[in-house]
Amino acid sequence: MAERPEDLNLPNAVITRIIKEALPDGVNISKEARSAISRAASVFVLYATSCANNFAMKGKRKTLNAGDVLSAMEEMEFQRFVAPLKESLEVYRREQKGKKEARKDKDKKADSEEQDKSREEENDDDDERMEEEEQNDEEEVDN
Amino acid sequence: MAARLSGGENRLVSLPLSRIRVIMKSSPEVSSINQDALFLTAKATELFVQYLATYSYKHGRGKEKNALTYSDLSHTAEECETFQFLADILPKKILASKYLKMLEKEKRDGEVGEDEEEDEEEEDEDETVDEDVGS
Repeated sequence: MAERPEDLNLPNAVITRIIKEALPDGVNISKEARSAISRAASVFVLYATSCANNFAMKGKRKTLNAGDVLSAMEEMEFQRFVAPLKESLEVYRREQKGKKEARKDKDKKADSEEQDKSREEENDDDDERMEEEEQNDEEEVDN
Repeated sequence: MAARLSGGENRLVSLPLSRIRVIMKSSPEVSSINQDALFLTAKATELFVQYLATYSYKHGRGKEKNALTYSDLSHTAEECETFQFLADILPKKILASKYLKMLEKEKRDGEVGEDEEEDEEEEDEDETVDEDVGS
């Protein structure tokens, strides 16, 4: 969770590298311009999240998924991002699948137990699952 | 050159997912985010940074000096519809002297007609001045 305001900043070194790679060689980026872009990026994340969340709410889902983010891009008039994003997602999914299989060999037992519990197949994020389980525990206590 | 910290492979996304998640979760209405959505948001943010930088450079004045400046960015936020949501965090810079004049003017306008909130017409003042001179 965000405890300090700095937690909402993105790492400057990474932002600078992305800007440099996008602009022609030798372009000087003022320090002020860098921090402005960095702030803009944080605002972009919040804006995209809020738009995506609206789509999830419309679909009566609690968990934001890939489709919500892609719909958000269109709504925000960043349609140009949709095609490259879909491509990257393909690659990412393949990569994750590879990693998952490697992990499975390591701890087969733990993994199969986890799978019994998970309600959504799409939600393969470990942190998220833990939180969901916590919530379930709380509900059981309340009852 | 220092070796890259995270993973040897050509990374799909360079922004840290953990940080993106913290920012996303700081939005109170969001309860959970699946891994694909998190990845996509991070990647989209990268594309956004590239787009904002190249757009501002192309349409900005710094181009002549081979530079990307703050005013190029605030200009983009002001002029380009898609980037309008940044207008509040990328305000146009003005000189302090100009700002003081604006403040003064606002104050005077406030005295003339308090009901009208941001009255930017100058005619009112001129009339009052004329009356003062005439009497």
